[in-house]
Amino acid sequence: MSTSVATVEPATVSKAKRSVPSPADCLLRIEGLSKGFYLHETARTIQGCQDISLTVRPGEFVGITGRSGSGKSTILRSVYRTNLPQQGAIWYDSARFGPLDLLQAGSRQILYLRRFELGFISQFLHVLPRTTAYDRVLQSALEVAGPLGITRAEACAETENLLRHFNLTPDLWELYPLTFSGGEKLRLNIAAAMIKKPRLLLLDEPTASLDQSSKLKVRELIKQLKQQGCTMLGIFHDLEFMEGLCDREYNMHEGFMARKG
Amino acid sequence: MREAACFLDEAPFLTVEGISCSFGPGCAYCADDEADLERNRCPRCGTIHALRRVSLDVYPGEIVGIVGESGSGKSTLMRCICFDQQPSAGSVATPLVDGGTRNLLSCSPEQKRAIRNTVFGMVYQNPWLGLRMDFSALSNIAEQMIAAGNRNVEGMLARGRSLLEQVNIPLSRAADTPREFSGGMQQRVQIAKALSNNPPILLLDEVTTGLDLSVQATVLDLISTLRRELDVSMVVVSHDLAVIRMLAQRSSVMLDGRVIEHGLTDQILEDPQHRYTQQLVHSLL
Ligand SMILES: Nc1ncnc2c1ncn2[C@@H]1O[C@H](COP(=O)(O)OP(=O)(O)OP(=O)(O)O)[C@@H](O)[C@H]1O
Ligand SMILES: [Mg+2]
Ligand SMILES: [Zn+2]
Repeated sequence: MSTSVATVEPATVSKAKRSVPSPADCLLRIEGLSKGFYLHETARTIQGCQDISLTVRPGEFVGITGRSGSGKSTILRSVYRTNLPQQGAIWYDSARFGPLDLLQAGSRQILYLRRFELGFISQFLHVLPRTTAYDRVLQSALEVAGPLGITRAEACAETENLLRHFNLTPDLWELYPLTFSGGEKLRLNIAAAMIKKPRLLLLDEPTASLDQSSKLKVRELIKQLKQQGCTMLGIFHDLEFMEGLCDREYNMHEGFMARKG
Repeated sequence: MREAACFLDEAPFLTVEGISCSFGPGCAYCADDEADLERNRCPRCGTIHALRRVSLDVYPGEIVGIVGESGSGKSTLMRCICFDQQPSAGSVATPLVDGGTRNLLSCSPEQKRAIRNTVFGMVYQNPWLGLRMDFSALSNIAEQMIAAGNRNVEGMLARGRSLLEQVNIPLSRAADTPREFSGGMQQRVQIAKALSNNPPILLLDEVTTGLDLSVQATVLDLISTLRRELDVSMVVVSHDLAVIRMLAQRSSVMLDGRVIEHGLTDQILEDPQHRYTQQLVHSLL
């Protein structure tokens, strides 16, 4: 595999001023990213985000703010490749592949990154049917356990720690999360994503529907992750809440980046 | 548990390339792969082009999904892969046979039979195609093992019973014929039969279709467990996006004999590109 960045430079360059990122500087560098959703039925394009550029350095916690519908989630979903952006580049400095443009990465490569390097926590609650709360978190831990040299017993211990941390008491462990409250489901999803200690964690309003004490739990864990060197890019409704944790902030307006904080 | 390095450097476990399959005489017009058809039918000669240059790859331990409406060619594709149907063009390869250099479709009938019995396990959309309805559930399984050269009767019966247990068929029903079973039980006997020779590749054609929701859930559970515990690679065909969403991380969407979109399942569901995929996804919402 070639690690020369020039060879993976995409054909669709939005603006002339594009420089090859220095991998040492940024873990993530988004350049001129645009995404619209074309709907055949109505022959209309719904604007997601337009000409977005931003950088995240290793170990940083970067926030994106902006009102609802301004395209914040589209950026995160483009990085995670749940969305397929049309234009721009998303340079990510992978531990395994070196610097690569996520727009150009193959499906298998993305699946690898999702398993070992990228985490995503969203405001939406999706639970796997017929997987108990405990197994949900344990399976997530086991996905990365082998390569990290973690034993099953250690993964179990960490699962229990994290479930307890999020006030998911042992009486809930063997239940199916389908029956959980919104807050419980969300805390479970956060635990499952965080247990993998991803290299880059994407957070899409994870605290939106949580009560104050759960929010504090999430904040506490984000702080711990940050101390462990996890890099985060997050959308927060109330960024003040992340006061002291958030290193830099980008503000979105009508699909564009308004100003840099 | 698979190591990180494997995940990347490994080669596909099943490579299907450029499969075309048609029913009818064909003509000069539709000999061109790009010719416009009425859906999958040649407007000149009436030939049905059930598959036009369909490709697919499956990696070790992976479940790949295939979705598409009725008649799009999903079952024909499965049947071509496991030699039930002879395609007019294309290749199927796996590193298990000649290191992947051999087009399985060009093997001799004897070789095909051996590969069919040891490499592939197939579960048919129609249980009547996959089971002998007048043989007991247990003998259906034993028959598959005999076909693979097994002659140890006691061993086969023991294995048959353990497979039935694995798919949650009570042993008290092992001597009954599938004819007396419900649809969900028939599909589970088919799965047990398909698993009998420990095939590394399973082809599952609409295994949950027509089953009521709770039975569907147990079959889906079974499939997830098989992947996790036996590390079997699978192609799962369904017209039900919910099934594909649950099982497959990568999938292909078929329409009129072609793959019109393929990639990450969540991307196909959340950001479908093709007009037909958008219809399919939006009709689900
Ligand atoms: N033996 C055959 N002779 C003629 N046409 C056939 C034959 N087998 C399949 N076809 C045609 O090939 C096309 C694809 O059929 P196929 O059974 O593969 O579709 P499918 O996607 O599995 O549909 P479903 O969702 O209804 O199972 C259809 O137009 C069908 O009528
Ligand atoms: Mg079919
Ligand atoms: Zn014709």
